[in-house]
Amino acid sequence: MQRRTFLALAAWLVGTTSLTRATVIHNHVPWSPHPNSPPEIERLGPWQFFTLDEARAMEAIVDRIIPPDAETPGGKIAGCAVFIDRQLKGPYGSNQGLYTLGPHTKGTKQQGPQSALTHAELYRTALAALDKHCKSTQGGKSFAELDAAAQDDVLRKIESGEVKFDRVDAQGFFSALLKDVPEGFFSDPIHGGNNDMVGWKMIGFPGIRYDYRDWVNRHNERYPYPPVSIAGRADWTPAKS
Amino acid sequence: MARKLPRKDVVIIGLGWTGSIMAYELADAGLDVIAIERGPWRNTATDYPPGYAADELRYRIRHELFLSPSQTTFTFRNKMSEAALPIRSWGAFMPPNGVGGGGVHWNAETWRFLPSDFVLKTHLTERYGAGFLPDDMTIQDWGVTYDELEPHYDRFEYLCGTSGQAGNIKGKIMEGGNPFEGPRSRAYPNPPQDQPFGHTLFGKAARELGYKPFPQPSGNMSRPYQNPLGIRLGPCTYCGFCEWFGCGNYSKASPQTTVLPALVRKPNFTARDNSEVTRINVDSSGKRATGVTLVDASGDEWEQPADLVVLSAYTIFNVQLLLLSGIGKAYDPAANTGVIGRNFTHQTISDVVSFFDPAKFVFNPFIASGAIGMCIDEFNGDNFDHGPHGFVGGGYMGNVQTNGRPIETTPVPPGTPLWGAEWKKAVKENYQSAIKPGTGVHGSMYSYRDVYVDLDPTYKDRFNRPLARITMDFHDNEIKQNKFLTDKFAEIFQAMGARQVHKEYRKAPYDITKYQTTHLCGGAIMGTDPSTSALNRYLQSWDVPNLFVTGASAFPQNAGYNPTGTVAALAYWAADAIRSKYLNNPGQLINA
Repeated sequence: MQRRTFLALAAWLVGTTSLTRATVIHNHVPWSPHPNSPPEIERLGPWQFFTLDEARAMEAIVDRIIPPDAETPGGKIAGCAVFIDRQLKGPYGSNQGLYTLGPHTKGTKQQGPQSALTHAELYRTALAALDKHCKSTQGGKSFAELDAAAQDDVLRKIESGEVKFDRVDAQGFFSALLKDVPEGFFSDPIHGGNNDMVGWKMIGFPGIRYDYRDWVNRHNERYPYPPVSIAGRADWTPAKS
Repeated sequence: MARKLPRKDVVIIGLGWTGSIMAYELADAGLDVIAIERGPWRNTATDYPPGYAADELRYRIRHELFLSPSQTTFTFRNKMSEAALPIRSWGAFMPPNGVGGGGVHWNAETWRFLPSDFVLKTHLTERYGAGFLPDDMTIQDWGVTYDELEPHYDRFEYLCGTSGQAGNIKGKIMEGGNPFEGPRSRAYPNPPQDQPFGHTLFGKAARELGYKPFPQPSGNMSRPYQNPLGIRLGPCTYCGFCEWFGCGNYSKASPQTTVLPALVRKPNFTARDNSEVTRINVDSSGKRATGVTLVDASGDEWEQPADLVVLSAYTIFNVQLLLLSGIGKAYDPAANTGVIGRNFTHQTISDVVSFFDPAKFVFNPFIASGAIGMCIDEFNGDNFDHGPHGFVGGGYMGNVQTNGRPIETTPVPPGTPLWGAEWKKAVKENYQSAIKPGTGVHGSMYSYRDVYVDLDPTYKDRFNRPLARITMDFHDNEIKQNKFLTDKFAEIFQAMGARQVHKEYRKAPYDITKYQTTHLCGGAIMGTDPSTSALNRYLQSWDVPNLFVTGASAFPQNAGYNPTGTVAALAYWAADAIRSKYLNNPGQLINA
């Protein structure tokens, strides 16, 4: 950040564009030749939020929410658990930017969620409760150790409200999954999910191409070009040999 | 203790669409103007370049360009008997933040209201009789007419380079345009945008059903355009990342692409960003504003003295700041007295999602602009006889689908499970062959005695000021209106050949978690009587004549259109009154 201009007006330093600092703009457009807030790109690597037990459960869950089929991988290969891991480690996990002041009172459905739990706390508490529930009802097996049919059965019972957790709203956890898992499947791969743009390829979404002037008048013709991510595409940057 | 800044002729609170227009007009009149903006300065190339502007998670889902509820939010309840609770993350509407305001991330749907909308109470009473209106409905005339606003609508459309097809030029009905619109003095500055397949199909089906479809007036450029301030915009590329996003192409009309580059070159204009006005100061008489108090991002407090104050924040923040500053009498719904907070409204939106045969229809839903679409206006305002239907109001309707972004727009037929193999299969099968207009039925919401804004008794913002409290529910009139319009809308999709048409009616109770539009209106309304309005016909405060309040907070009730065209026209109208009347003789412009 350059600091250069001095304004007698308020004896304030004037910076270039800033998202967080108060500035005085006078006689010029605040300008920097660089992006103000370029995207953060999530990399593969160790879990950043989940413990190994939590990660095993999450990889099993995302593969039941979005199961693999003959043409398209499921949530696990697509990276949905990695996506959620990175989200929970970041501002989403800590409810940064949301209104978090109390009192926290349960209201009507149309007043919206009022829980004092952060998203990170919700996942941590609910995943522990999920394994505890499975171990006590499924012969000592954790969720990840169940077969797919048994996993679906547990998830369906959470969805319907039949299975409840002690310290956390099980249905609220399931609602968070139904939001967060598809986001991992369909958001730009820079966020850690949608590996190799499998979610986009499945439906035919071309990503961030940003210019369809050549196709807007080609009615009822399938758009032919493959998707592009904010990070480009694997075949643009061949692996170094 | 606040430190004092040098006096200015004008202080403007909020540098969005109307703040930018007022700043330009008043600086152009030679006044020394400062604008104070709560959020950051934003530029196209530095803040949302094409290389990463199209990030659905970051901007659509995590709301990066919007106000954070941690900065401030509102509380909400349906009924006066309930305890209001805070909106912890945004749902029904999305308050903007930063220079450019909602103009950065709007869709650029640029409508005019109908002539009858501005004289609504008089018009409906004359046509149907006073008994036709519900007892607790509090609709009013605006105090300004369509004919008076026409030149100002025109100025805004030429500022923006609006793309569209005129339907009525000086009384002559034009083929292909909206025949119901008020007479305009000339054509739009740019021709309509091209229409993708699904939108074209809607227009064709509507025409075959006897309607008069027309392209939605769009602030997305159909061709390169240079506006009257000498600022150039580029053609829209139909990228499908418009609403909720900044435009990386300089193709969407916004303060950044139409006003600010010319405004910042004026030596008598200054802006201060990341600074929040916490109070409008008045002198001991309570009849004269002396300036504002603001807090910057470092937490330092400043006083900015000024001769004229323009309050041009987002609707509900205008109302909140008036209440916190003790300007005007607060509305009391029980006693039916006071004006600040009354006639608060939103919108009555519904949608119809249609599923077509994937073997025959490929819509490429990702090819779209923010204000794309074909619309009909047969069921808006009082364009049809309401007598047999038992409700008033209406809205335009159209296939105005703006995107195929996959987190938001992967519709599946009703009855599909919410997860698992069946869900995945349905997403894949229907993505290319479903139509989900989003805000397909754009219905009006009229005003009621028990729908209003006041200050919350419990919840506070980060400065320990009371949050604004919204009390709002849908009334039977709007529910009936929505049922009628949604059914009519669905018939058009049937005629297009959809194999399944799913109507998503808007139902009571009003739900703060379900997005409709960001068109909150009212709370500091204009009118002809100081006992039922906060502002006179020039947006001047009845109580503090050196205070003008712009924005949709001035709407006595909301019409069946997007509000920005009318919001901007009113800003030009008020700026014109200040320049031509107020400056010569500063004082109350209307003797009530």
